Amino acid sequence: MSLHIQDLHATLEDGTEILKGVTLTIPKGEVHAIMGPNGSGKSTLSKVIAGHEGYIVTSGSVTQDGVEILGKSVDERSRDGIFLAFQYPSEVPGVSNANFIRAALQARLPKGEEIDAVAYYKNLYSKMDILEMDRKFTARAVNEGFSGGEKKRNEILQLMMLEPEYVILDETDSGLDIDALKIVAKGVNLMRSPDRGFLLITHYQRLLDYIKPDYVHVMAEGRIVRSGGPELAHELEKDGYEFLKEPALA
Amino acid sequence: MSLTLDLPPSMLTTAPETPAYLPAWFADRQQSAWQRFLATPAPKRGDENWRFSSIKQLDFSAFRKAPASHANVLIARSTGLAAPAAKLIFVNDELVHVDSNLPEGVICLPLAEALVSHSDLVQAHFMKQQTRLGSAKFAALHEASLTNGLFVHVADHLEVEGTIEVHHWISGENTVIFPHTLIVTGKSSKVRVVDIFRSADAVQPGLAIAFNDLSAGPNSRLDYIAIQAFNEVSRVIQINETAAARDASTTGFILNTGAAWARNESLSRLEGSGSRSDMLSVSIPAHEQEYDQRTFQHHVSEGAYSDLLYKNSLYDDSRTIFSGLIFVDENAHHTDAYQTCRNLLMSDTCEANSMPGLEINADQVKCSHGSTSSQISDEEIFYLRARGIDPGNARQLIARGFSVDVVDRLKNEAVEELVLSFIDEKFSRIANGHG
Repeated sequence: MSLHIQDLHATLEDGTEILKGVTLTIPKGEVHAIMGPNGSGKSTLSKVIAGHEGYIVTSGSVTQDGVEILGKSVDERSRDGIFLAFQYPSEVPGVSNANFIRAALQARLPKGEEIDAVAYYKNLYSKMDILEMDRKFTARAVNEGFSGGEKKRNEILQLMMLEPEYVILDETDSGLDIDALKIVAKGVNLMRSPDRGFLLITHYQRLLDYIKPDYVHVMAEGRIVRSGGPELAHELEKDGYEFLKEPALA
Repeated sequence: MSLTLDLPPSMLTTAPETPAYLPAWFADRQQSAWQRFLATPAPKRGDENWRFSSIKQLDFSAFRKAPASHANVLIARSTGLAAPAAKLIFVNDELVHVDSNLPEGVICLPLAEALVSHSDLVQAHFMKQQTRLGSAKFAALHEASLTNGLFVHVADHLEVEGTIEVHHWISGENTVIFPHTLIVTGKSSKVRVVDIFRSADAVQPGLAIAFNDLSAGPNSRLDYIAIQAFNEVSRVIQINETAAARDASTTGFILNTGAAWARNESLSRLEGSGSRSDMLSVSIPAHEQEYDQRTFQHHVSEGAYSDLLYKNSLYDDSRTIFSGLIFVDENAHHTDAYQTCRNLLMSDTCEANSMPGLEINADQVKCSHGSTSSQISDEEIFYLRARGIDPGNARQLIARGFSVDVVDRLKNEAVEELVLSFIDEKFSRIANGHG
């Protein structure tokens, strides 16, 4: 049971190739981190897995527990258990956070079945308590006027409510102070389970102090160029990405 | 034997008769209004107040007054608030139901009755302003032809907690109604009135030439909400005139979901210093519906505040026209006046026209006006879809959110829910392809 990415190539609409053959397997129960310099294709990889229509997959495959997902729409992939926590979550004016998450849960139910409102709010509040989010966030419009940290916590709240099978966190640590980072990590760690795989995309090793990965991969120029254990992150923090410039590894 | 149909006379060529039991001053007003109607030229292409308008919609020759029909069915269908302070139901301008729990000190009567029982009071407030936004001819026709409506007067220092709910039904083919709502608040009093306009069925054309006359006394609060949900073959002209005395606070809200063509003319006259007017509107046209809205924020006194927010979500081949003017008189120093019209374009073939305007003749004035038209961004849709929401629902959720912003400003949960129920009903019809 895994999310398997095989020789994935993807371009922008103008034909510029961003992913140049990514191969990666994320089994359930494991946390994989991808690090790499800006422009290496990390965020593109997360969006392509989620199904963003602004990218064109030219070859390769992404399978979820053996089933190809590249032909599925964004919303279908989400309902089938893929979750992307956004680096820059959109604001949705006039749609309350509670109604938004409820609509997302409702979308997972068979036609004609309704969410039990009482149980829903009980669940929502318990998750918000873990993330130390004030109750007023239920009535506020999705991400509107939220600080950077509040937006990221809101992403983790959605993750906790939707209980996906595979989670991609796209630079969830960017723009977070250390206190907010700890809260976000707490939420993610609570969601770690043998039934769930994680892909953490980050620029900094700091996040990995709080969410311990099982494997660390380095991405550069649209490919995974190195893989290793958690110690690789420390190495990168100390030595940077200089090694990428060495011809033997490029 | 004659085979000609026994049609009532055309409302455009035969002078309406004021019933004998109504006061003489009112009969005089109706007669002179009829002369004014005849003398006033019809709007024509090229008139500034009718720019972008479909003048062809103004041919009202087919419409006639009709007695109330299907009253019992329509009473049963007049659902609204769970616990209104009073509920009145009119069918073709005839009062068919009334139920009131209003406190003493509130006069809430059908206008025809108030004209007899409170003649002087009605006369003091009835249609005092000049209709200046283009429909003077139709305001005159309304004045000459109206037979009923609602009169509300709230005594000084009396705050009405609940909401007065009024239903106006059009029943029968080519029926015209002239609903009139006159609301007067005394010093430091408070009242809220909701008018709900609907058609008895989906296929028979109707016409409403409606007038809301709102007079807010010193330091009072007057909230007026109009829900226009006529069937899609009907037409409506709705004229709103608000006068706010010193420190009075008024809210006028219009929801347009129905009618083939609706023209709203809203004028707020800030007569007293420290007065406030919130002019709000949500319109959700689909198919070939056309909503034509003209507004005037008239700052007469100094230190008054007006804030206009109109939002349109346009589907299919629908059209909207917004033309607004903030007008600050010479002595209206320290005016705060804002005007915003936002259009959300939900199709590639809809058309939103906006003409915001400002005319300032005083000093130390804070004014802004603006209008925007936009489509839902791909990134926003992607975000909702990435949470499992399908594209249709995602667009609807965003469009609803766009409208909710305005509804939130009503600051009354029960009324907000009522307005949202009409909005949701419209969105579900759009989602099901029935506009």
